[in-house]
Amino acid sequence: MTEIFGKPAELDRRTLLRRAAAVGLLATPAVSMLSACVGSSSKDTSNQSKGTVTADNPLGIDAKKPTEIIIFNGGLGTAYATDVDTPLYNKKWPDSKIVYSQTETVSTVVQPRINAGSPPDMIDNSGSNLMDMGALVAAGQAQDLTDLFNAPSWDITGKKVSDTLVPGTIEQGTYSGKPYALNYSYTVYGLWYDAKLFAKHSWTPPKTWADFLALSEKIKQAGIMPFGYGGANASYYMVRALMTSIAKLGGEDILKSIDNLEDGAWQNPAVKQAAEAWGAYGQKYTNKAFLGLRHTEIQLQQDQDKLAFYPCGSWLENEQAKDTPKTFEYAVTPMPSLTASDKLPPEAINAAAGEIYFVASKGKNPRGGMEYLRAMLAKEAALGFTKLTKSLTVVAGAADGVTISPGLTAANTMLTAAGQNVFVGYLFDAWYKAMDDESRSAINELMYQGGTADKFVTRMQAAADKVKKDSSITKFKR
Amino acid sequence: MRHGKYPFIIGFLAVPVALYVTFVVAAYFQTFRLSLTGWSGLGPIKNVGFANFVSLWSDDLFWKSLRHNLVLLILLPIITIFVALIIAFLLNVGGGFRGGLTRGVWGSKAYRIIFFFPQLLALAIIAVIFGRVFAPDQSGLLNGLLPTKSAQLWLADGHIALACILAVLIWQAIGFYVVLFSAGMGSIPSEIYEAAALDGATRIRLFFRITIPLLWGTIQVAWVYLGIAAFDAFPLVNIMSVDRGGPDGATSVLSLMIYRNTFELSHVGYASALGVVLFFLTLTFAALTLRVTRRDTVEL
Repeated sequence: MTEIFGKPAELDRRTLLRRAAAVGLLATPAVSMLSACVGSSSKDTSNQSKGTVTADNPLGIDAKKPTEIIIFNGGLGTAYATDVDTPLYNKKWPDSKIVYSQTETVSTVVQPRINAGSPPDMIDNSGSNLMDMGALVAAGQAQDLTDLFNAPSWDITGKKVSDTLVPGTIEQGTYSGKPYALNYSYTVYGLWYDAKLFAKHSWTPPKTWADFLALSEKIKQAGIMPFGYGGANASYYMVRALMTSIAKLGGEDILKSIDNLEDGAWQNPAVKQAAEAWGAYGQKYTNKAFLGLRHTEIQLQQDQDKLAFYPCGSWLENEQAKDTPKTFEYAVTPMPSLTASDKLPPEAINAAAGEIYFVASKGKNPRGGMEYLRAMLAKEAALGFTKLTKSLTVVAGAADGVTISPGLTAANTMLTAAGQNVFVGYLFDAWYKAMDDESRSAINELMYQGGTADKFVTRMQAAADKVKKDSSITKFKR
Repeated sequence: MRHGKYPFIIGFLAVPVALYVTFVVAAYFQTFRLSLTGWSGLGPIKNVGFANFVSLWSDDLFWKSLRHNLVLLILLPIITIFVALIIAFLLNVGGGFRGGLTRGVWGSKAYRIIFFFPQLLALAIIAVIFGRVFAPDQSGLLNGLLPTKSAQLWLADGHIALACILAVLIWQAIGFYVVLFSAGMGSIPSEIYEAAALDGATRIRLFFRITIPLLWGTIQVAWVYLGIAAFDAFPLVNIMSVDRGGPDGATSVLSLMIYRNTFELSHVGYASALGVVLFFLTLTFAALTLRVTRRDTVEL
């Protein structure tokens, strides 16, 4: 569920393997060296900090004990934590010091600490190097957040935390019936384009697939590549685009059945029909060389008006802030409807909470970690986050009436227009990494390597069947 | 003189042995143990016997990766050693025999430094740079040189992606082996060349009849090192390749599978099984190389 990349930072691992190999025959032991001390999972938790639960201290934190947090430094930066959340937390708990650190590679930094039994209390588990949340929950390393969601809100009087959130937030962090993760940033997905470029050519964003094809033809005539995504590392943007089309065509239940690994879920005709439409589109209106490009390179091309449509989430504008010229204005439109008889209306969009935050259950101060999350869910903190990152949060309406940037306004408008027709999307990518992997290769094949819809369906169904059969993988339901 | 022998030996060996045992031997033991478990990398460890190896057997990606490793294993040493030997020969002996000394081609000192440059760059940097060289669109260096019509997809083309990575590995390795072979050639007494030259041997003959036999030990070592490098190839594949090991597994190698299974797929047990396979492959390779290339050493 995390779409924001850090820098490619596999270097430390690289050095290790290479050094090991250079010494001679030694590439292998690095595996266990890096997974660190083996399984010290049954740690006594009785010495964890605790205070008395009062109305003012609903989570019962020990006001004198420090809380350690670690923030992923990616597209959203870290300023929201250091400049907004921590000061807010410390205003209420001046004696509870926040021990802060940041990383671009979450799993390499945090996983050894979890295995060593001394994890940070609150962990921002995001970025391309994130830890498998399902495995964390299955291993009992994540704190049950029920108390947090039942606690009163930090600054919205008379409401529980759970009542202040966008619907679906808690469900997205729920594993086998209990909430273990907070997806904080609220992302709306669609086709992004340059409003000024479109105005100049008097192009209007398409509502139907026929419009989409006609407009793409015009764009192509104008010497601009109509559509593309970064096949080298961000093909899951396209997976989401396809899954969105599937949901709009055949209803959200198809995505649910796929997530639940129901037999033949990928063989649903809607999957094939959507894949056919996109595959045919890919043959004509994109550049197969994009398979070798990264998301940053593609996004740069769009900023230079060499690419018209780009399927992405609402973090895009902030991520590109540095590279966007003044003449470029981000805008977003819902994925066009495939047919006139789509189950969902043209306005329907995929919007979901992303950026996983969780509290380590075996840290020194899990209560403090939860309290920090409660501070983050304050309306004040949410607005601060949105201002700094140009991303919405799951705190409902926190940024309403505040004009921050054209892309954010466009996203908010699209969200409002969608009304009730907002669907969470799919979770198989977070639940079953093997399927995520396969979907990335399969979509690249479909869009850039001349694949067919049948092949796509076969590959995905086979991957799903394999996961289903593998008893060593923990299964989830939604 | 026997007095104080043991403290001397122990003084020298204690630290390296302790480091070796801690970071290599102990880690191997853990890897072997973990390969028999279904450990996810977090939480409790469950023994599963040989299940990991059974699923390895039926894992297409494993066989694919193994094949890629073998391709690299064969081509990387052959090409690198061949090219490095020729360059080293030209730098040291190629200029012929003059004034009582063998010498390299003109400017050989400068070349020697230039050839070593790639070795000074971290592999990660090389990978990023060559990512641009091989860029599949018109911004790519190679595609910029080619006429537009014959532009290639390079890393995005499953048929040639592995060759691209092999090319970079070779480019990076040659400098080091040129220096290694140069050092080896430097220790060959020039009288031998002198005598051969007086007898009218050509440069090519010098190369095959004198340089190679007298350099055999060095070549053998180079072969083992390069073979081990071919079993790794992790950094280049991880950074350069499409979709990491793609497109569609076309560049996947064992070390990348180990990394991904450990850190991304939460299959530490499976990754360890791969590690065990890699361990035996590397060991077999080293033993085979040393045995097959064993020749009588030429005494000088």
